[in-house]
Amino acid sequence: MIYEAQVEVTHRPGILDPAGATVERALPALGWGNVSQVRIGKSIRLVIDAADEAAATAQVDEMCRGILTNPVIEDYELHLQELSPT
Amino acid sequence: MSVTVGVVLFPGTNCEQDITWAVEQLGAEAVMCWHGDAVLHDADAVVIPGGFAHGDYLRTGAIARFSPVMDAVREFAAQGGPVIGICNGFQVLTEAGLLPGALQKNAGLKFLCETVEIRVDADDTVLTNQVARGARLRVPINHFEGNYVCDSETLARLRSDDRVVVRYVDNPNGSLDDIAGICNEARNVVGLMPHPERASDPLLGSSDGVVLLESILSAAGVRAGRHAA
Repeated sequence: MIYEAQVEVTHRPGILDPAGATVERALPALGWGNVSQVRIGKSIRLVIDAADEAAATAQVDEMCRGILTNPVIEDYELHLQELSPT
Repeated sequence: MSVTVGVVLFPGTNCEQDITWAVEQLGAEAVMCWHGDAVLHDADAVVIPGGFAHGDYLRTGAIARFSPVMDAVREFAAQGGPVIGICNGFQVLTEAGLLPGALQKNAGLKFLCETVEIRVDADDTVLTNQVARGARLRVPINHFEGNYVCDSETLARLRSDDRVVVRYVDNPNGSLDDIAGICNEARNVVGLMPHPERASDPLLGSSDGVVLLESILSAAGVRAGRHAA
């Protein structure tokens, strides 16, 4: 089965996010003063061929812990979607 | 007999000539260790110099740890061989799991390029065996991700085991507990953000880094002696 995985990588709480901080400071200057807690992360998308959804999830999870993220400074959320075979 | 320092070269490493020049000035030989080959060419000590290994893509140091040379470095470290990671090399060592924690972006959110003062807080490591504890050294830093971070248990262990090797006197980047460099449990693997090789001659504005380089060479000499025996 073919799945598309989307991994949302965010900084862990307390880890600095210069891009987010800069955008948060810039938004009020453009008139949007009601915005706070801007965090900018990474989105990783990949396509995986696996036996089933559980196998695909397990492998992407392992890849996330092995290389795609650094658990000391990053959290991630994994979304998996089966691709139609067309 | 002069000792040989293996200088690890990843695509994107840019301080390899500096460390080579600096250790050669002190009478040692340097040999480049290409990242694609899992060999250290009989080096007595290994330095992972600064730069942007593999472009620092994904995260600083993240891809470098999968280079074949890192298998050789891991084995060398496990045998007690002296391994020093400077700047990006420190980031590589944390990503490779040879040192705990990680380096996050500087607290001031700026790239820092300046000479700072560091204090030697452990004098029994491969980086500091020729320096007295408490010595203050002026050494340049040159980084964006130099702000050391780890969980509280790791920090407690680093402190109780006396593994914070050098601390910033005036913390420039927000680093946890003013940490500028740490070592592993066996004290033969050290990572630090400041660049001792850039403080290795009066012409460079400071030669305070020489004692750190001499410590590396001393540790390399001990290692070489053990080999010969």
